Parts: sequence; C-alpha cells; structure tokens
Amino acid sequence: MINPKAKLVENLFDKDRMEFLPTRDGFGKGLVEAGEKDERIVVLCADLSESTRSQWFKDKFPERYIQLGVAEQNMATVASGLANYGKIPFISSYAAFSPGRNNEQIRTTICINNVPVKIAGAHAGISVGPDGATHQALEDAGLMRMLPNMTVLVPCDAVEAKKATLAAAQLPGPVYIRFGREKSAIVTTEDTPFEVGKAQVFRQGKDATIISAGMLVYNALLAAEELSKEGIEATVINSPSLKPFDVETITESAKKTGAVVSVEEHQIVGGLGSAVAETLAQNHPVPQEFIGVHDRFGESGEPDELLEAFGMGVGSIKEAVKKVMKRKK
Amino acid sequence: MHLHDDKIKELEEKANLIRQSLIESLMAAGSGHTAGPLGMADVFTAFYFHILNHDPKNPDMEDRDRLILSNGHIVPIRYAAMAHAGYFPVEELQTLRKFGTRLQGHPERNKLPGVESTSGPLGSGLGQAAGIAYGARMDGKKFRTYCLMSDGEHDTGNIWESAMFAGKNKLSNLTGLIDRNNIQIDGVTEDIMPLESLRDKYEAFNWHVIDVDGHNFEAIVDAVEQAKAIFEKPTLIIAHTIPGKGIPEIEFDYRWHGNPPGKGPEDVFKKEKQGEEMLKRLRTLEGKIRSEHE
Repeated sequence: MINPKAKLVENLFDKDRMEFLPTRDGFGKGLVEAGEKDERIVVLCADLSESTRSQWFKDKFPERYIQLGVAEQNMATVASGLANYGKIPFISSYAAFSPGRNNEQIRTTICINNVPVKIAGAHAGISVGPDGATHQALEDAGLMRMLPNMTVLVPCDAVEAKKATLAAAQLPGPVYIRFGREKSAIVTTEDTPFEVGKAQVFRQGKDATIISAGMLVYNALLAAEELSKEGIEATVINSPSLKPFDVETITESAKKTGAVVSVEEHQIVGGLGSAVAETLAQNHPVPQEFIGVHDRFGESGEPDELLEAFGMGVGSIKEAVKKVMKRKK
Repeated sequence: MHLHDDKIKELEEKANLIRQSLIESLMAAGSGHTAGPLGMADVFTAFYFHILNHDPKNPDMEDRDRLILSNGHIVPIRYAAMAHAGYFPVEELQTLRKFGTRLQGHPERNKLPGVESTSGPLGSGLGQAAGIAYGARMDGKKFRTYCLMSDGEHDTGNIWESAMFAGKNKLSNLTGLIDRNNIQIDGVTEDIMPLESLRDKYEAFNWHVIDVDGHNFEAIVDAVEQAKAIFEKPTLIIAHTIPGKGIPEIEFDYRWHGNPPGKGPEDVFKKEKQGEEMLKRLRTLEGKIRSEHE
C-alpha cells in the first residue's frame, strides 16, 4: 500500500486526474525562488536558456544572469571563479554537454577546488527522444557520482525538482542535479519529505523492493500497483539523493523483502543500480535486478516508445520483480 | 609606481634567491619542471614583491588582488616566491611533491593558504580568473585579478572561450599574462601548433595587448600599471621569457621543460652534478662573481 507518510498526490493511478510537468520546470521555479532568497545566486547558461528554463531566472534577475554562448567548458571554469569569489552559481545546459563535455573542468576547478557550483543537467536520459543518441545523456549521474565532494540529486518530478534546486542552493559544496525534458507525472506534493541524503518509502510491500530515481519512479509505482493485483506486494523507494546515498533505508528494506530491483533512466554501470549494489554488497547482500540501459547508446524515437524498447517500461519492471523474487533463497 | 633603481636591484637579488630555492626544492623533490619556473622567476618576484596588494600573514584578506596560476606545472616557482614573501617558512620548500605536503605537485586551493585555485590540466585558469573578475565587478569591488598562463596552453579551446568571454564583458579588472617562452613538452610551440600571432588574436577578441621583456622588472611593472589605466577592455601582457633563465647552459632548451635537476639531458652537466652546477651558476650570477659558497 502507498505509504501515507510520503504524502503523495491523490488519484495516483488515475491518469486523467494526474498532472504532468517536466522536471526542468521545477528547476526553473526553484531557481527564481532561490534567487529571491539569496542575492549571491547567479545563473550561467550556454545558449539554452529557454529549454533549460534558466530563462525564468533571467526574466526576473537579468543582472545576475550570465550568457556564455556554446562554451560548456568555459561555463564550468567561469562558475568556479564566481564561486571562488563568493557567488553561488548555477550552470545549466543539456546533461550531454554539461557534465558531458566539461567533465575535466568540473573535476579540477569545481570539485578539487570544492566550490559551491551547482550543475543542472537538463534533457537527461533516453526520453529526450527524437534528438537521438548524441543528446541522450546516460552516463551523467555516474560521472558525477564518482567525483569526491560532489552531491548528486535526481528528482522524480517537478515538485521534487524545485525542492532539490532550493536544497542545492544551500549546500556548501558542488551539486549535480539531473532533469528530464518530457512531461512526467507529478507524484509528490509540497508535503512530501525531501532531504539530501535520504530516500523515502513511497509504497510498502513485503515481497520485493523497487528502488528508483527520476521520472521512472512513477513507472515503478505503476508496476507495483499492477503486481499487487497479481498478489505480489512490492516496496517502492524513491531515492533522489544518489550521493550521499541513504544506506540505512535501502538496507532495511532489503532485509525485509530479500530482493531488489533498481530502476533508472541511465547506464546501469555507475548510476543508481550501482549505488544499490555497492550498498547491499557491504551491508546485506540480496539478489538484485537492474532496469536501465545496458551498455549501449540510445537512438531516435518517441520517449515512451524508447523507454519500452530499452526495457524501462512498466512491463519490464514487473518482469524484473518476478525474476528477482525467484532468485530469493 | 615607477620603479627606482634601488628597488630594481632589490627585486633582481630577490629573484636570484628565489631561483636558488626553486632549484633546491626540485632537487629535494626529484621530479618536476625546471625551465618554465626559472623563466617566470622574475615575473613572480615582481608580483609578490611589488605588484600585488596582499598580506602573507592574512592570505584570505577580503580585498586582496587575486593571482590565478593557470599552468599549474610551474607552481614550484610560485611556492618559492610565496615562501620568500612570508607565506610559509622557506624550509617547507623541501617538502615539495612529498607525501603529506601542502606543496602539491600541482597547486591545490584547499591545501596551501594563498593559492587561489587548483590547476594543472591546462587552459582553465583564464575562465576562473574571468569569473572572479566578473563577480567582483558585480559587487563594485576594486581589487584586480591576474591570470598567469603559458603559451603552450593556448593550444586548448577552453582558453579561447575564456578570452572571448572576458572581451565580451569588458573585464578591465582582469589582466592576463602569457609566459611566452616558445617551448612546450614536445618541442617548440610554433612546430607543435603555431600560436602566432597571439597579439592579433587577443586584439580581435577585444583585449588590450602589451608585449614586454619578461626579465625586465621596469617593463613588467609598467605594463601592469598601464593595464589599470585601460577601461572597457581586459589587458593581456605577453611576457617574452627565456626558459631556464639564470642558468646559461640550459636556457632555451625545451628538453628541460619537464625534467628536474638530476634528470635532465647530460650533454652539459652530468646528472649527479646538475643541481649543484645550477646552484653555482645562480650564486655566482652566471659566473660573474665569486660565490661565498666556493
């Protein structure tokens, strides 16, 4: 059953009454609110102000908005300098370019310097759709998770994205936040708990744990609901904080259910599934199945079509749950 | 702030001491670069002993001038200059590159107070300096930001992105300085990847450009003063330097770019004598005077 403490939206499974918004909209709103609260916040953009939603900040605070042109490497280094001086810069682009293209500048000038630059990677995941493999960032969260000093956040919907943006603005060090392009279901409310380093149990069930981050959390909930009709009760955990990772919540759930499925719109190497496996291997090993992209690039197509074709749809998650349950001892 | 003859002599003597400390620290480290740091000894001396508004006892002083070193591999000369300026004891130079040291092989912002930024991977200093200058201007701060760069790192794209950004934003509180020594690890810059005309390129990006002899204190200081008088543009100082300056036998030799004394080419000095011979050249002012050490 849905965990009442998670304070999720009502009518979670009535698609006609659900609201759908891209997570980048939450980023745009969060930026404006963060900018109102703290004058040190500046926003940098590399010629993608409208699609990253940094335009909303520009409209409100033009004097704190810096346009760098198509120069993601420079964007990272200039942001490092601004933060070194005392500003709190958000840099925004597509994840394929930032942190895709400017990984070394992020490593050296942001992470080793340990300055509070906030990196917003928009249009992440295969659900970017028709643009194809070059623009479908599937490695970004893994790249950022490997960097010391970096916090990595992957919000599940636009409401959580706004909370993550506001939280990032207040953290003293570097942060990466991952956003999607497509409209996705709003599953959380203003009252849903959000804390960096914490995961939330969205649904409680005894048979298996599904842990997810990003817009696929909704698919995980849909899969759990359908499985329930077949007599399988799955726990669903939303883990927006990839780093620091909530070891306790995941380990406790694995102890209760004895089987885990990780669900992410990312390469299974380096992302959420890896974080889960690293955690369980050290604390409470149980069988795990990995939903995500298995060592290949994406391709053009419609978002839903691609998610199905790459095995990240509701049906694939259900199959993975059944498979992992069979592996329980 | 024109330099008097006495001050010039004082700076020259200081630079010589700093070169000696550099060689001693490289000998202790057993690795590191020799030619570039020797060539920049005069520039660093000019900055730490005349140009910068700074306080070695209060490295985080709020309105200090910022000195960003983009080509981190020449940091041993920065360390030597900082030690002589009073940031830390000169003896600590002996810990260069050793486990547990604050004097990392390439500089790190969070290791040693007074080091403003982390660098080593080339081409990312100018962007950081431009970011500092941009932020400072937003707040009406009067301090100046300097970025010391190598010529070889102008092979990177990042640095030109940063040059374009600084030009667009007319960052007149930013001064860049290129160590134009014409060498990089694999050879001569104009063979590896031709950079000229650096002046025309920067001017096209809306910078004010000044060429100076990088071993002439008066010229270096005059150029920095001129930059302060230029509004509406950042200034680039192209400091023409001699790699290995101070030790005639290794001057201009690119093979000394990436080697410390004791590991360099042997056609002039035997490996085991390299450090000693270099120190002797410096202590006797290239053999012109007798050294007290002789």
